[in-house]
Amino acid sequence: MKYLDEFRDGAKAAILVAEIESLIATMDVPRDRPLHIMEVCGGHTHSIFRFGIEGMLPKQIELVHGPGCPVCVLPMGRVDDCVNIAERPEVIFATFGDAMRVPGSRKSLMQAKADGADVRMVYSPLDALAIARKNPAREVVFFGLGFETTMPSTALTILQAEGEQVANFSVFCNHITIVPTIKAILDSPDLKLDGFLGPGHVSMVIGTAPYEFIANFYRKPMVVAGFEPLDILQSIWMVLKQIKEGRADVENQYARVVPDKGNAAALYAVSRVYELREFFEWRGLGSIDHSGVKLRDEYAQFDAERKFAIPNLKIADPKSCQCGEVLKGVIKPWQCKVFGTACTPEMPLGALMVSSEGACAAYYQYGGVRQHAAAE
Amino acid sequence: MNVAPFIRSRPLGKVHVPTVTLSHGGGGKAMKDLIDDVFVDAFDNTALARLEDQARFDLAELAAHGDRLAFTTDSFVVDPLFFPGGDIGKLAVCGTINDLAVGGARPLYLSCAAIIEEGTMIDLLRQIAGSMARTAKDADVEIVTGDTKVVQRGACDKLFLTTTGIGVIRAGVILGAHLARPGDVVLVNGLLGDHGAAILCARGDMALETPIESDCAPLYGLIETLLGAAPGVRFLRDPTRGGLATVLNEIADASQVAIEIDEAATPVREEVKAFCEILGLDPLYLANEGKIVAIVPPDEAEAALAAMRAHPLGTRAGAIGRVDAGEAGRVTMRTVFGGQRIVDMLVGEQLPRIC
Amino acid sequence: MCLGIPGRIVKIDDAARLLATVDVSGVRRQVNIACIVDEEYPVSSCIGDWVLIHVGFAMSRIDEAEAAETLRILTELGEAQAELEAIHLSAAQSEGHAE
Repeated sequence: MKYLDEFRDGAKAAILVAEIESLIATMDVPRDRPLHIMEVCGGHTHSIFRFGIEGMLPKQIELVHGPGCPVCVLPMGRVDDCVNIAERPEVIFATFGDAMRVPGSRKSLMQAKADGADVRMVYSPLDALAIARKNPAREVVFFGLGFETTMPSTALTILQAEGEQVANFSVFCNHITIVPTIKAILDSPDLKLDGFLGPGHVSMVIGTAPYEFIANFYRKPMVVAGFEPLDILQSIWMVLKQIKEGRADVENQYARVVPDKGNAAALYAVSRVYELREFFEWRGLGSIDHSGVKLRDEYAQFDAERKFAIPNLKIADPKSCQCGEVLKGVIKPWQCKVFGTACTPEMPLGALMVSSEGACAAYYQYGGVRQHAAAE
Repeated sequence: MNVAPFIRSRPLGKVHVPTVTLSHGGGGKAMKDLIDDVFVDAFDNTALARLEDQARFDLAELAAHGDRLAFTTDSFVVDPLFFPGGDIGKLAVCGTINDLAVGGARPLYLSCAAIIEEGTMIDLLRQIAGSMARTAKDADVEIVTGDTKVVQRGACDKLFLTTTGIGVIRAGVILGAHLARPGDVVLVNGLLGDHGAAILCARGDMALETPIESDCAPLYGLIETLLGAAPGVRFLRDPTRGGLATVLNEIADASQVAIEIDEAATPVREEVKAFCEILGLDPLYLANEGKIVAIVPPDEAEAALAAMRAHPLGTRAGAIGRVDAGEAGRVTMRTVFGGQRIVDMLVGEQLPRIC
Repeated sequence: MCLGIPGRIVKIDDAARLLATVDVSGVRRQVNIACIVDEEYPVSSCIGDWVLIHVGFAMSRIDEAEAAETLRILTELGEAQAELEAIHLSAAQSEGHAE
């Protein structure tokens, strides 16, 4: 597969690993205090585990798996709202696949479907709009979630619906923004991070400028990284070089896809359709200011939150949940008291076990529960 | 079978309405017509033609094939009923034949129980029965008994099939999931994930167009060839629901061994790879309906591969890994990139992701 | 949110609604190309372009030159490493001879 296979080449991997090893050797990193590099994005977490990258790195580098998985950080209250909408007989609820398993306080969308709600899995919001056209007597609600990567797709779909005057289509908007999240991580007093791998696909929309505060104010290196294993290794190498040279810059490793200025058409659609919410709830991290968007008044007819009276309750995470600490790199997934016992992918208690790229789910599936427990 | 051909004493009934109704399940003439028209006509064999409540076989004749009876059953509820590469009928016949064949048995006779939703098109049933008949004939097995029920609209999804099969295992053929030993080689007979991908695609939810077809096929011939060339084979299984990863974990657990596979050696069609990349799925967990995983002693691996590659259902056969004396029950994969990851049992269902 | 795949635009399905068919190793899907068309790249010119696909939208045109450059850097690194190894190896050998 073009533009994929070349970036999975084992021979080039070996070259990068050798470079990283010789660089680290010149850097005087104590064994008991390794460098902590956070990959913000869930897609990076998935790649790291799928290709076994962590095991290829020298022990002086530790990867910290960040909160950039929009499925994982969906608060229970919002899932309850989804289920509430989906259970209405006139509604067809269209959602991305991985959102179906997130537990609400009563049930997940998957369970709601089993109980008779018309919940349908779609690959694209355009497919949800197509369902609306085909079913004029039903109300189609699309569950819009994702970071800035996915915001333009939902926005463009709403603009398309507006142009065609589709009256039975609306969006339950749960889109969130990445910058406040990174800022919250950086402001956390438990912070132990030395550098960041930036979210490559969020950046293809917003460009690289929004991350400058990380380098300028917090003085941490930030490399916008692609998702193939070579991209990730090269980005780690670039972060190391910055640390070694005492620099803190925003660099773009994923230039083949990420334009430094971002995507004008996507940003325009986003600014037309959405405005920032004052604050938004994140599972495991609590409330973060200006971290979510909602539909502007001009698009009220496409806003499921206005079309349907939803409970909109704030439901606390279970007390045993330590997701917040894992997200900030304070503890490792297997150090959480309920990892693998009360909290498993089949019965997830917290955010990070829910989706297949949550750090805990990834460790459980790819890293082996037994492996790390044995190493303790 | 040394039985004089049975001359039917009455002509077969026919159904003259387009759809199935509850009366077709009532046990009366309408039901006889349905069974005759759809099943008896298609399956057309002596045992079935007798229309007794049971098929009867001479034990001594069965014993001529081997020293153990193999007996298996499976239900098929696939949606959609027709998909590229096959249909529920072909799937059912192949599935049951393969469950027998991977135990080292020669598949002989099948039963077919059908639960039909009221309102289903009769023509659709004829097509499926025809497909079952052709598949059975090609595989040299007979469908000798069956049952038909009709249920109310909504009580089942168009058609559910349950097929049960019997076969006989030759003396000396010993296969078991607990028999894998460190040093054994893991072989597969071809490209993985085709069936799972074809079904997902055929459901249409993702609006993807692919040329991927189900690999649904009866594997007895391939397995006979394999066992002939490599009589020391420890274990065979077809990686259906749950895919290759699930079977490997079952073996590692049953034999208390470790297994490591090599991603670069694991054959997956380019289109299936692309399909998985787009949706965020892992081909190791996709179902296969025309594949076997074979655990083979190292000194027989070459002969096993040569035999499979000479057979039409094994042209892409390859060695994908080894059994080790590592951590018992652990399955790992050396990735194309050079790293190592654990290949665990599937947790829940694989869902397409956006992250 | 991050799952994006490179694909090649093979057909324009509806120029007015900005819909095209993209091919990824034989798997095809209709995508919206609003984000990758502008004055410099009108709809008709997009056939044959490689783009990054995410949830049914082409989000970015893949820059072939940048892709090649990324890989070239790594190849160069590899060559530099090989040279260094060769130098060390010959140094060790000449030391051995000097013994």
